[in-house]
Amino acid sequence: MSEVLLEVTELKKHYPVRAGVLRRQIGTVHAVDGVSFSLGAGETLGLVGESGCGKSTVARSVLRLVEPTSGQIRLDGEDITHLSKTALRPHRRSMQIVFQDPFASLNPRMTAGDIVGEPLAVHGLATGKELETRVAKLFEQVGLRSDQMKNFPHQFSGGQRQRICIARALALGPRLIVCDEPVSALDVSIQAQVINLLIDLQREHGFSYLFIAHDLAVVAHISHRVAVMYLGRIVEIADKDDLFRNPRHPYTQALLASVPIANPLAKRLAPLVDGDVPSPVNPPSGCAFHTRCRYAMERCKTERPALLDAGDGHQVACLLNAGTGRSQ
Amino acid sequence: MAQKSDIVLEVKNLKTVFFTNSGLFKAVDDVSFTVTRGETLAIVGESGCGKSVTALSLMRLVPDPPGRIVGGSVTLEGTDLLALDEAQMRAVRGNRISMIFQEPMTSLNPVMRIGDQIVEAVRLHRNISSKEARSIAVEMLRLVRIPEPARRAKEYPHQLSGGMRQRAMIAMALACRPALLIADEPTTALDVTIQAQILALILDLQKELGTGLVLITHDLGVVAQTAQRVIVMYAGRKVEEASVEALFAAPKHPYTRGLMASIPAVPASGVPAPARLNEIPGTVPSLVRLPQGCAFAPRCKLAIKRCEAEYPPLADWGGGHLAACWRAEEVAEVA
Ligand SMILES: Nc1ncnc2c1ncn2[C@@H]1O[C@H](COP(=O)(O)OP(=O)(O)OP(=O)(O)O)[C@@H](O)[C@H]1O
Ligand SMILES: Nc1ncnc2c1ncn2[C@@H]1O[C@H](COP(=O)(O)OP(=O)(O)O)[C@@H](O)[C@H]1O
Ligand code: SF4
Ligand code: SF4
Ligand SMILES: [Mg+2]
Ligand SMILES: [Mg+2]
Repeated sequence: MSEVLLEVTELKKHYPVRAGVLRRQIGTVHAVDGVSFSLGAGETLGLVGESGCGKSTVARSVLRLVEPTSGQIRLDGEDITHLSKTALRPHRRSMQIVFQDPFASLNPRMTAGDIVGEPLAVHGLATGKELETRVAKLFEQVGLRSDQMKNFPHQFSGGQRQRICIARALALGPRLIVCDEPVSALDVSIQAQVINLLIDLQREHGFSYLFIAHDLAVVAHISHRVAVMYLGRIVEIADKDDLFRNPRHPYTQALLASVPIANPLAKRLAPLVDGDVPSPVNPPSGCAFHTRCRYAMERCKTERPALLDAGDGHQVACLLNAGTGRSQ
Repeated sequence: MAQKSDIVLEVKNLKTVFFTNSGLFKAVDDVSFTVTRGETLAIVGESGCGKSVTALSLMRLVPDPPGRIVGGSVTLEGTDLLALDEAQMRAVRGNRISMIFQEPMTSLNPVMRIGDQIVEAVRLHRNISSKEARSIAVEMLRLVRIPEPARRAKEYPHQLSGGMRQRAMIAMALACRPALLIADEPTTALDVTIQAQILALILDLQKELGTGLVLITHDLGVVAQTAQRVIVMYAGRKVEEASVEALFAAPKHPYTRGLMASIPAVPASGVPAPARLNEIPGTVPSLVRLPQGCAFAPRCKLAIKRCEAEYPPLADWGGGHLAACWRAEEVAEVA
């Protein structure tokens, strides 16, 4: 792999669950429960998993938008887990985020040009005529016309609003862009425009993406490597092609088998798992997937499988694979 | 062709309009289709193209004002629903024709136990004792594979998970064994493993009960895996209709073709993954200001002068494969 840009080690984020008038703590949400991965410069790592498995919490922790309970986040080799607000400032420039709902994340009373230029203004990097020129350039880069700078968010379509968010994320020349479901709210015909734009921009600027989406086909298309999460942990991580062609974790296998294929002659829907994802408040003991796993053994209820290398950087957290793998 | 007696639903030239501040527009414009017993017809299209309004029109649930059905007929088991008065329609709705929604809480009452809601739905249409209705309710919950149905019947909607609530809503919709079930994006809000469970469940029950199914979705994967026939809608109109095999093998409308080329594929799924996604330029048009001719013309690579002036008629290109495009014959070669 190329030079490592981001390295996350044993990241945990727990939230207390409180109830009653005294707001006594009655449990703990294990939103993220020991996640480790690294992301190379210019690389895209896809993060998939079902609702509530902790994808957004990982993303927000990496950006220090939430404070991790424990673990370590290194950007360019520097530990940023505990940096103060001021010490974090220079790093903020290199990490940006694009959210799912392009409407909720845009201030309706600001013009599109001001929204895109705001980070430049806030960091004191450009003013007046120069600011305007740079914003116009950003508009052009994301496929918007510079005469649209004066317009307000409601005057743009969903896809165009997402372009505004992307332009703003580009403004400071970031090295990492976290995309949290960036195309999920868009129409199918518009999704392709935004996905192509994200890929083109990466080719041009060489930044890395941490790319979250629930649509596995979208993730497969844009990612170089993919990590699969289940109940706050990564259960499998591998090169894209390896993961999709040779999924090793029973949960990954079930997830892939559940994707409806756009070919009426291809296999029929055959759910490989029953039931719902258990609550992250009191996640199952041992392997958290054991309540739904068709291969579950007695020891899966008590032993928690570590994420082990099964060869070629293909890591799996499953006791069935433990014999063949070695500790990383 | 289907036997006449097999036809459960026949929709002819349906037209539903909305009167809004920005003007009058046709949300559903001259849409026709039929559904036979046990058949699944998928309606696919992007947001705002009129899928939900079509469904609500069949149920006679279009909010009036601002909406109104202004033309056509909706014939269910030989009866034109558009000719019924509201009392007669209430006897049909939830009985012979039912609907499930993306968000189960649209049809579930949050302060009523799941079992009681099914009992109420059944007794509205059938003259049976509450004890009989209760056993039907538990039986329905078992049918939708809710574990411990007798206990779950006593729970409130908020005590169930999202997937379980979807199952409860399906149980309620099917309790009276309707001839037609309309499912409007029933799995869009669900995770993919739960989606697979719910779709498999709907198809199993449909087979078992012989229900006709109208499945509305924006997901071509869901279409391919569930439907026998497909309607593609664009800007309120039906632009293409075909068997699912014919549609995926050789789409006749440039919009359908563009859509199929714009979705990425999962590697190793048997569907070739495009190196670069096809983009359909521009955006879905506003229904208030539709172009005079083909509504897709401003985004269509094949558009010619005629497309801007005249709306193309829906023509049969063989074997019941319908498409509304002046250049449908050339689509396979050109696009
Ligand atoms: N501020 C918070 N307080 C308490 N619990 C939280 C908080 N934020 C997230 N959680 C919980 O942590 C878990 C993980 O949430 P997260 O938003 O990271 O999931 P996700 O994978 O992004 O899901 P989705 O696909 O629905 O976006 C969930 O159970 C969620 O309810
Ligand atoms: N209650 C309403 N009032 C005004 N316009 C409506 C109403 N319901 C739907 N529409 C409009 O009708 C058109 C079709 O909507 P709909 O059928 O919901 O689309 P979809 O295909 O996404 O289900 C859209 O332009 C929508 O905004
Ligand atoms: S560890 Fe056990 S329960 Fe977990 S995925 Fe592997 S076989 Fe299944
Ligand atoms: S009628 Fe013309 S504009 Fe419309 S889809 Fe066909 S070629 Fe394109
Ligand atoms: Mg999230
Ligand atoms: Mg809809």
